[in-house]
Amino acid sequence: MRTFSFGKLSLGTALLPIYSALALVFLLVPIVYTFVFSFNDSVKSNIVWVGFTLDNWTNVCNAQGVCGAFFTSMLVGVVATVIATVLGTLMAIALARYRFRARSAISLLLFLPMATPEVVLGAGLAAQFLSAGVPKGLLTIIIAHALFCLSFVVVTVKARVASLDPALEEAGRDLYGSPLQVFWKITFPLLLPGITAAALLSFALSFDDFIITRFNNGGVETFPIFVYTAAARGVPAEANVIASAVFILALVIVVVSQLTSAARRKRLAKQA
Amino acid sequence: MAFAAFGSAPAGTSGVEQAPRRRSRVALILLAPGLAYLALFFLTPLVSLVLTSFQAPVEFGDVGQYQPAFKIENYAVVVEAYWPHFLRAFGYALAATFFALIISYPLAYFIGVKARRWPLLQALMLTLVIAPFFISFLLRTLAWKSLMSDDTPLVIALKALSILPPDGHLTGTAFSVIFGLTYNFIPFMTLPIYTTLERLDTRYLEAGSDLYAGPATTFWRVTLPLSLPGIVSGTLLTFIPAAGDYINASASFLGSAQTSMVGNAIEANFLGLLNYPAASALSVILMGLILIIVGVYVKRSGTEDLL
Repeated sequence: MRTFSFGKLSLGTALLPIYSALALVFLLVPIVYTFVFSFNDSVKSNIVWVGFTLDNWTNVCNAQGVCGAFFTSMLVGVVATVIATVLGTLMAIALARYRFRARSAISLLLFLPMATPEVVLGAGLAAQFLSAGVPKGLLTIIIAHALFCLSFVVVTVKARVASLDPALEEAGRDLYGSPLQVFWKITFPLLLPGITAAALLSFALSFDDFIITRFNNGGVETFPIFVYTAAARGVPAEANVIASAVFILALVIVVVSQLTSAARRKRLAKQA
Repeated sequence: MAFAAFGSAPAGTSGVEQAPRRRSRVALILLAPGLAYLALFFLTPLVSLVLTSFQAPVEFGDVGQYQPAFKIENYAVVVEAYWPHFLRAFGYALAATFFALIISYPLAYFIGVKARRWPLLQALMLTLVIAPFFISFLLRTLAWKSLMSDDTPLVIALKALSILPPDGHLTGTAFSVIFGLTYNFIPFMTLPIYTTLERLDTRYLEAGSDLYAGPATTFWRVTLPLSLPGIVSGTLLTFIPAAGDYINASASFLGSAQTSMVGNAIEANFLGLLNYPAASALSVILMGLILIIVGVYVKRSGTEDLL
């Protein structure tokens, strides 16, 4: 190990950026492929390049069921995110702010769903719905999604609560603010960036989930279920259009949020 | 930041300790709805999974009709029938975790340490790392399938170079499944390693070279141990979902009947054959094995950390 020469070091410093760039290119290959093939003038299966067309983008809903599946995914994502974000934020505040005996047991209980393979979570819920006689459908999908999003929300919001200065809330109490006033006027606005990040993460997880959904959908088609069912006979190019559009939208959200947080940091630095 | 979810939990929280008894009642009220949800839709399903795994078919009943029983043989039957699936699941997951680490560590190091001087580049690279999350997991995997299917330039080139036999295929092999798993979990590996390396104090590295340690020694003795928490959470975030995955290994994606993993067996038994006890027994074994592996791994890496 010690015999590493400086010649090798300079080679190493040049190698690292190249290696990193190649790794990123590798990550992007299927994204570019999906985007390019959203413009393919294919009739049924979208595997061989036929020619360029904008028809898939202008008539997205032409492919049977693709738009319905997309809207189902949006609905499931929004409802599951609201449930997971509300429950998770309350839990995160309790875990980060209060000391009590069962704290580590509860943290373990929250970690377990993240350590459980999705196929086990999906099969477990399906077995329970089966034995309880609950028909599978939209409701069972939403229940399942809110469950696996919950832990991620708690982890994300907890980090934010932990970085919050308790003196600010104390000042609110000193000024005779009621606990509810202190929460809504001080704690909540300060937590909002963390809660927003958690909600976005949870929506993204829900929107792309396939494995757990597959066990609990009972015939209801979400977007990933649509793609899976279509995979056997060829996915229509319209699915690529929806995926590409969602991708662009998500990218815009990330870039805008990064720019605004950078601007906020700069402003705060100027004030200090 | 959403990345926080992938990093290790922040150590030590500053909390104001106040009249503990009244405050813990507030905590209970805050926790109750979430705990009820977890009890109802996480713990109870695990229990019903265990109960289902012991069920026996209803006599003269239809396919998919089972009754409560204590048929422990179910476990012997599924192990007998599906042990290769378990071997493949853990073997493929281990290989994918290894390759993802090899690809992710230098990338995370570059973004977290070398790119610090250029915040814009850093932000751009991070965005690109998480970009795959924004596009359907299934479509990404199908894209690789198309790129690796027969008669594509890649396969023709590999055959021309005699790397692949003339009648060989890329898809439907252990190679393509491990390739797909590796690809799909790289962001899960890169982000936690990045979060630990980003906090790395570069003065430690200078101290290393001041003490006449070569770059390799400094890396081995300083950087690597300090980034261990990130490596541990990254490998777990890759290994666990990879071992339970069945998309990459399924025949309509990158696999074939010869690459079937436990996840495929659970799916086939539960949704196809309606053999709920077998699917549940497989799930219980998978969950148990993963908990053991994770427990041992976390404990071992924890003690190594102290050394």
